[in-house]
Amino acid sequence: MAASIKVNGLTKTFGDFTAVNAISFEVKQGEVFGFLGANGAGKTTAIKMLIGLSRPSSGDARVAGFDVYSQTESIKKHIGYMSQKFSLYNDLSPRQNIRFYGGVYGLSKGEIRSRMSEISSSLGLKKHMDKVVGDLPLGWKQRLAFAVAGIHEPDIIFLDEPTGGVDPVTRRQFWDMIYDAANRGVTVFVTTHYMDEAEYCDRISIMVDGEIKAMGTPGKLKEDFGVDSIDKVFLKLARM
Amino acid sequence: MAAHDNIEIRINSVHKSYKSTVALDAISFEVGKGELFGLIGPDGAGKSTLFRIMTSLLIPDAGTVNVCGLDTVKEYRSLRKIIGYMPGDFSLYPDLTVEENLQFFASIFNTTIAANYHLVEEIYVQLEPFKKRRASKLSGGMKQKLALCCALIHEPEVLFLDEPTTGVDAVSRDEFWDMLGRLIARDISIVVSTPYMDEASRCQRVALMDKGRILSINTPQAISKSYDQPLFAVRTGDMYILPTDLRRLSVCARAERFGEYVHLTLTRRIEAKAIAAELNSLGHSDIVVKPVDATVEDVFLDLIT
Repeated sequence: MAASIKVNGLTKTFGDFTAVNAISFEVKQGEVFGFLGANGAGKTTAIKMLIGLSRPSSGDARVAGFDVYSQTESIKKHIGYMSQKFSLYNDLSPRQNIRFYGGVYGLSKGEIRSRMSEISSSLGLKKHMDKVVGDLPLGWKQRLAFAVAGIHEPDIIFLDEPTGGVDPVTRRQFWDMIYDAANRGVTVFVTTHYMDEAEYCDRISIMVDGEIKAMGTPGKLKEDFGVDSIDKVFLKLARM
Repeated sequence: MAAHDNIEIRINSVHKSYKSTVALDAISFEVGKGELFGLIGPDGAGKSTLFRIMTSLLIPDAGTVNVCGLDTVKEYRSLRKIIGYMPGDFSLYPDLTVEENLQFFASIFNTTIAANYHLVEEIYVQLEPFKKRRASKLSGGMKQKLALCCALIHEPEVLFLDEPTTGVDAVSRDEFWDMLGRLIARDISIVVSTPYMDEASRCQRVALMDKGRILSINTPQAISKSYDQPLFAVRTGDMYILPTDLRRLSVCARAERFGEYVHLTLTRRIEAKAIAAELNSLGHSDIVVKPVDATVEDVFLDLIT
């Protein structure tokens, strides 16, 4: 299958601090790729370069076929992004958020209408479409944010800690949504601090101090490190 | 409660509603001196409301809470001097540096960093290289460590920690819980909430909460053992469709993803071989089916759904 994300020696420095140090990897179309690392390891800086928000200091990357230096506007049209911190407007309703984001991505009125009914029925949100998002439980908010991140049917969805603080039931519903997207051929690039979720990924990479120190399927990494969980792989790597 | 003769926190039939929403419904429990007590529950379970009531910031509609012998409503002034509280939202001043934040919290409690440095030393040494950095520029794990220092600097008898490890990486979480272990060894009592089910096992006792009620309260080991239905871990070559296929089995009570496996709960006991045969007939390959012990998370999922 075609590479959806292709990264080669990507680097970002701030003054004399190297936040991301020559990382290289490829993600296939329809793959669920877990991008793990400790707080401050450089994950968010790397993601910002991939989604066209931050210009790399050196190295190359193509996202959905577009260059991260010269084609950032095309990248933004072909990807979706959600983070725990920001994605929906809390003082707008789900209906208004969907209409707003549909408009931002240039969907027609008809397309927005059909996406609206799809999202409200698949999330069971019908009764809550006109309440302000700020009053919805966190789990619903996050599932709605994921649906909105995919409103323009992007090739790739970037999820930065989408399930932080979310309860075990909603986390599983969220992962069902991720699997459904991947099954439709959408590439999912996800970060998480829940190590059981790392096991749900097709492949994962683990970043330590700006560098990718391990990469592979969860099974392969556990085998390589001689441990029985990704949690232990992670702890071993971080303390090396 | 046998392990703790001295009760530090007594919560007696606490109710709290916000308009028509019941946030807490008849909550009662006790926490012993030097105990590490966990509140486990989803967003909206009422954990933060309970923290606000225990720390005297909110008055219950009914019921009483007594912390260190002080009533949280009548004696809140004395109480606030001897408790430490780390709220779920970021509780630091983002424009102050690491050092200034700690100094600020020490001075509002009429103490100094030097006087109680021994309490925060282990944590603060990790922050020391960044002490001139503004709190807003710290990573998630560092912020939480600083917030814990700030909640500890006046040497409280009881610590209330509302989701201190949310958004914190696995390594920092592990260190954070090690620190809590050392604090209870100094006889500080701790009430802590978390959305990470694996952290429940690091508490001495936990209360599982949902929709304002306590569903179960016990040691993590006893809660895990209370799961009395047959439970199997299942893995096949197609993990995407596996939960859906398992839910179609007539003996399936529930099927939930658990890391690299799906946990399958049965309505009656049948052989692992029989489950494997069923999956084989549905077209699965590389089938692994094995009995497993329940975790707190299995019990939790069973209780709230």
